[in-house]
Amino acid sequence: MKCESCHELEATIHLTQVIDGVVKKLNLCQDCAQENGIDLNSPISITDVLLGLGAQVQSTSPSSTEFDLSCSRCQMTRTEFKKRARLGCPECYNAFMGELSALTKAMHHSGQHVGKIPARQGNEARITAQVVSLQKEIENAIAREQYEMAANLRDKIKALRESVQAVENGENHDA
Amino acid sequence: MTLDDMVRRHGSWLEAGINEGPVISSRIRLARNIEQYSFPGWASEEEKRMIWKCASEIFQSMDSPYISWGMGETPALDKEILFERHLISQDLALKEEGCGVFVSPDERLSTMVNEEDHIRIQSLQPGLNLTAAWHVADAVDDKLESELTYAFSPKLGYLTACPSNVGTGMRASVMLHLPGLVLMEEMDPVINGISKIGLAVRGMWGEGTEAAGNMFQVSNQITLGRREDEIIAHLEQIVLELIEHENNARIRLMNDRALVVEDHVARAFGTLSHARMITSGEALNLLSTLRLGLDLDMIDQFSRRVIDMLFIAIQPAHLQKLENKELEPEERDVVRAEMLRDVMENVTEDETLE
Repeated sequence: MKCESCHELEATIHLTQVIDGVVKKLNLCQDCAQENGIDLNSPISITDVLLGLGAQVQSTSPSSTEFDLSCSRCQMTRTEFKKRARLGCPECYNAFMGELSALTKAMHHSGQHVGKIPARQGNEARITAQVVSLQKEIENAIAREQYEMAANLRDKIKALRESVQAVENGENHDA
Repeated sequence: MTLDDMVRRHGSWLEAGINEGPVISSRIRLARNIEQYSFPGWASEEEKRMIWKCASEIFQSMDSPYISWGMGETPALDKEILFERHLISQDLALKEEGCGVFVSPDERLSTMVNEEDHIRIQSLQPGLNLTAAWHVADAVDDKLESELTYAFSPKLGYLTACPSNVGTGMRASVMLHLPGLVLMEEMDPVINGISKIGLAVRGMWGEGTEAAGNMFQVSNQITLGRREDEIIAHLEQIVLELIEHENNARIRLMNDRALVVEDHVARAFGTLSHARMITSGEALNLLSTLRLGLDLDMIDQFSRRVIDMLFIAIQPAHLQKLENKELEPEERDVVRAEMLRDVMENVTEDETLE
């Protein structure tokens, strides 16, 4: 079997990983495996491998000379991100939001954080979290046909959003 | 405390714990980054040094003592030992200046700096106890957070170098010893089933049913859109089911092939007690059989702790540290066999390595 990356050498490394029920097999030669940073002694994530491989094909194709989106803060380019499968800095999440939101959705089946929030974060994060959990409660209430409760919860969300608005306006006023 | 002291004892996370038969340990890892810097893989050397310095100051100011190893000045063999003891990753071991680790003396807590993320807090507990591991990691996280501004977005949570860790930045995992499922050839369906529900199963040493020592690690893959306690509860519930499967497999194994199992256990003890050369792969598998024999009350001269400690002590860097010199693989096989003979012989009198 030929290597799936260079299509030249014999594939000697065969990887199998199952993520969310999807079995993925990857056959690589020693060189391409090493180039993609596959350490046979440590657990690997096929996400890295796939992202890495995709970039390799892309970077050798003529299209890579076309406009390449980059992060305004750390200058990482989209090509570089795909090659490394790692972002450059926190700001990259805004710069590459397009592909990232699809990628995180595919990985986590969600696009909204609901866990711990650093104490230093402003009210926005905490209120977002509250709204998200109230929305979940509404869904549950509707599923149980408890419409009155759902309406109450909806009012709560409305009040929360209004309080955010008020704070924001207040801040603008101060500025 | 130095590494020389450490290799002669076991980390306290190997103490007896809840559900200690099939479960070895529980681990929580939190990935965190500092808002103002690029992620370690993209940061300048200067930035990484500043982060390391900053982390050092915070850890020095903490009430409890920590031992630190900077990767720039730590010898390769010592890095390997930290890796074999699960205190650092292979990735960190390959790094140089500006990267390192802070370890609590009981080895239950280690914080890597400038691995894939600026900060990776790892908390280990014996047995099945993810909640306790989470509380410890959470507390260290709070302390760090009081000094640092983390990269965080209300939508995506903690921002990490790899998008697969965003959200909670938390990876919860449980290390399990599952010889019953492997011997009954039921491990593949179990691995398939578990990966369908957002969890991953990996061999500790090797993949799938080839995993040496029948040691597996089960962990969450999804980090975004679920609270930490939800992730932990889900994983623990699945682990409890796995333990039940394992125990059932052992019952069936004993019903069908009790004599064969007993023979395997006795032979494992025989080989470990008398071999003159033994590779780590063979040793891991024999120790696994011995551990099974212990769980099934076929042998009683060992404690699980002794065997669990040997799983780590027989690894290359530990052997070389104990011998105080570099050893070729064949030489290691001889030293390993010697150590195992020693432990097997003396185990009834004294259950430690010393």
